[in-house]
Amino acid sequence: MLSMRLYMLQRITAVAMAPLVLGHLLVMIYAVQGGLSTAEILGRTKGSFFWFLFYGTFVLAASIHGAIGLRTIVSEWAGLKGVALNCFGWLTYVGLFVLGARAVWAVTFA
Amino acid sequence: MTEQTIKAIIERGPNPMGARTQFDVPAYDNQTVLDVVSWVQQNVDPTLSYRFACRVGMCGSCAMMVNGVPRWTCRTHISKVLVGNEVTIAPLRNLPVVKDLVVDMDAFFDKWIAAEGLHHGALTREDPIAKVDPTSSARVASDAGVECINCAVCYAACDTVSTNQEYLGPAALQRAWTLLNDTKDNGREKILDAVTGAGGCQNCHSMGSCTAYCPNELDPMSAIAGLKRESAKSFFRKGR
Repeated sequence: MLSMRLYMLQRITAVAMAPLVLGHLLVMIYAVQGGLSTAEILGRTKGSFFWFLFYGTFVLAASIHGAIGLRTIVSEWAGLKGVALNCFGWLTYVGLFVLGARAVWAVTFA
Repeated sequence: MTEQTIKAIIERGPNPMGARTQFDVPAYDNQTVLDVVSWVQQNVDPTLSYRFACRVGMCGSCAMMVNGVPRWTCRTHISKVLVGNEVTIAPLRNLPVVKDLVVDMDAFFDKWIAAEGLHHGALTREDPIAKVDPTSSARVASDAGVECINCAVCYAACDTVSTNQEYLGPAALQRAWTLLNDTKDNGREKILDAVTGAGGCQNCHSMGSCTAYCPNELDPMSAIAGLKRESAKSFFRKGR
């Protein structure tokens, strides 16, 4: 069900996400402590290539990682196989990526 | 003193839900689950089918589900598993039932071969015997799994096997790991290809039922983790 390629992709994206999750949490705590308003936060992220890259990478890794995980669950628990299983995996990936990418775009360059 | 009896509920496949039969079996000291099944077969119902051979935990024939848990019935004292005075005995999980408590082990053994769980020799009888250092880390890893007797308890315990028919299962993968670490075995590439295929080691969720239930106290989960590490290294080297 789970090919070696997907397995490795899921592990690699997990490694990529580890520092990103940590950075995300630290920034959130920092922003709340300092009492930053929405406008002030957007003022820092708008036009920032760094935050675009940070959250862009995060969204890409999370959508790949999550789609592979959900694909495995659906295969084992619902018995989905073959083309249907691959379609489910790709649709989940594209869906998660589009949702995340829209948010990243909205707070950086939109 | 009145004679104690055990209420033995035997799920007789291949349709276990429709064939739960209760037998009252006299209790005695040092009685095993296998003794209970044998008593039923010898005294009440000679048509009851089940497997056993050695009765001392060496042959791996008598594994069954005892109160929903896979066990060697020959090495399980009935007193340890009775709930009140009741015990439920069923055929091994994850394998098709032939009749009553007998399962078809073909899939289990076929996967053993599919995982390259066989010797890959490179020497002839003219060559000197390969030297094995018993203290080397590879030999220690190999030794850790070498006492497996193919009883299929781990295979029955594994939830990944039950939801993924292709998955090779803990016993076959542990044997592959044993051979991968054996200096006398020359099948490294073949083994790594076999254990990274569709039903390969990457399907394992490390839930650990194999290690928890192995009656020989082996640790297939760690063996599979070892295969995952070697497979990942091979993936980076060869891109597959």
